[in-house]
Amino acid sequence: MSVLEVKDLRVSVETEQGTKEILKGVDLVVNEGEIHAIMGPNGSGKSTLAYTIAGHPKYHVEGGTITLDGENVLAMTVDARARAGLFLAMQYPVEIPGVAVTNFLRTAKTAIDGVQPSIRTWSKEVTEAMKNLRMDPSFKDRNVNEGFSGGEKKRNEILQLELLKPKFAILDETDSGLDVDALKIVSEGVNRAKANTGLGVLLITHYTRILRYITPDFVHVFVDGRIAEQGGPELADRLENEGYDRFLTESGLADATSPSQA
Amino acid sequence: MSAPVTLVTSPAGSGIPNSPDHSRLGSKQHSDGGWGLVPVQVRSARFSSFEIDDFEAVTGQELEWKHSPVAKLTPLTGGELDGSPLPIEASNAAGLRIEWIDRDDQRIGRAGKPEERASANAWSSFQKALAITITGEEPVEVVVNRTALGTAPRAAHTVIVAEHHSRGIVVLQGSGEALLSENVEIVLEEGAELTVVTVQEWDDDAIHLASHFAEIGRDARLRHVVVSLGGSVVRINPSTHLSSEGGDVELFGLYFADTGQHLEQQIFVNHDAPNTKSRVNYKGALQGVGAHTVWVGDVLIRPTAAGTDSYEQNRNLLLTDGARADSVPNLEIETGDIAGAGHASASGRFDDEQLFYLQARGISEDDARRLVVRGFLSEIVQKIGSPALEARLQEAIEAELLVDVASR
Repeated sequence: MSVLEVKDLRVSVETEQGTKEILKGVDLVVNEGEIHAIMGPNGSGKSTLAYTIAGHPKYHVEGGTITLDGENVLAMTVDARARAGLFLAMQYPVEIPGVAVTNFLRTAKTAIDGVQPSIRTWSKEVTEAMKNLRMDPSFKDRNVNEGFSGGEKKRNEILQLELLKPKFAILDETDSGLDVDALKIVSEGVNRAKANTGLGVLLITHYTRILRYITPDFVHVFVDGRIAEQGGPELADRLENEGYDRFLTESGLADATSPSQA
Repeated sequence: MSAPVTLVTSPAGSGIPNSPDHSRLGSKQHSDGGWGLVPVQVRSARFSSFEIDDFEAVTGQELEWKHSPVAKLTPLTGGELDGSPLPIEASNAAGLRIEWIDRDDQRIGRAGKPEERASANAWSSFQKALAITITGEEPVEVVVNRTALGTAPRAAHTVIVAEHHSRGIVVLQGSGEALLSENVEIVLEEGAELTVVTVQEWDDDAIHLASHFAEIGRDARLRHVVVSLGGSVVRINPSTHLSSEGGDVELFGLYFADTGQHLEQQIFVNHDAPNTKSRVNYKGALQGVGAHTVWVGDVLIRPTAAGTDSYEQNRNLLLTDGARADSVPNLEIETGDIAGAGHASASGRFDDEQLFYLQARGISEDDARRLVVRGFLSEIVQKIGSPALEARLQEAIEAELLVDVASR
């Protein structure tokens, strides 16, 4: 059974005002097949956690550990992390001009598996996965994320999630900017991936509405770089009703933002 | 109707608008002229002549030579050239004619006139010109291979004529040794659709200077593609004249400069007739110390060219330290009555977010770099329209990318 473990993680970034500490000691254990929702107001460090696990060079780990089945994730390159079974669905997927989706998917699959996928079963798999995500077949001939709408970009992220079959997926605000139809399609994709591969999920979101379609096992509330509270799905309901004000008051932060639905 | 506008744009630091044009000041043509002391800043007034002696010796200060390593070019800009026909191999097909023609043939001189000394030297020196005539409405493709031209300085002249309403692709390919200065005249008669591709895959020591002159007839369409990969110094300057209504040009280019290579292209689009259209898109990759590329894009919209629709862009991807890309778009607009005129130039390093995205999908850094560069350049390859050539060029780019990893 796979496990992703984050211990006392402290992370800083360089800003124009100097080094800024974002994560101030985060502990988290995600087991295979579990869905953990990470919620919290803007600027609380949710995305920093996501990008630090994936290995973005902008984030400096000042202390703590991240391990995947006991292996030191922090010692791995970005691509090695992906090959070890970590997947980050990005909030703002990047355009890669001149690289067709189909070519990109095959290259990534080959890199992850270490061997080229069999041509016939692979193209069938891609076609099927695209169909499930209601993506037009012409999609695979387009350049990666180039000219994609917001919803298309997010579906393309989930397409990769379903095809690359990681052990753990971090979804960084995958729900933001999606209309309700797209939100359902994307959520179905995540649930399918979990059912098919026993995926563990770290679902980062500002809002509770995606939790109607993806039921979390655990909910963690991030405030000011720490987990301020955690619990079961009922905590999400409470946040829906009460917002983040309570936490912000406790931590002394002003200008509370509300997690209620868009 | 709005008043005529003259707009010359140039990025800061390029120095183009302020640098005196010494070649013109020193040219015989104007030594007794009343405006001899005014430096030529705009393309519309640049000097041209068929005779090498009308141009002063090249110093490297001239507008058209200031970016080039002129010391290496002396044999072509100043020396005697062997003007005998190049050893070529050309594929023949129905719908086209290939022949060597004499200097006094009427087809010569239809499309242009040299604007610099190497071009005039070649024009003064060639003995026979290669004439390629596209005659049929069924699309036809011809490939002209120029290989192993030797290390002695040579001159060449090529005339490509697309007869009215004909369609075709002409590919000029160069490989092996070369020390060559040449002129290529391209004439599109009414309604012709022609693609001309010039591919430079010369040996590391080769030097190749070319001026292409295109005359675009009524409702004719030219697609012109420059692909420069191999050679020590390669400079291809396409100049197109939209002299009749409805003419349309697409000028594309891709170049990949390695350590010590100088790859240059100076583009000129001359909108002279109403309702003409031009699109210019050049993309380059550079890697290694001393890799140097130059792109100068001059677009001129004359008072007679109402309804012009023009856009030019150049993009450079600098893959390592020590490489240099010069990019100079110049837009000269002499009428306010146009449909559009724009330009863009961007030269930069690798986009780290692209790399992160690809690596986050398990793709190694080297493979990710290759994927991005390949994608960046293939936009141009895909526009050629010859599947065989496109496939071959993709492979050639692949080979360049392997050099990248080895030398980085």
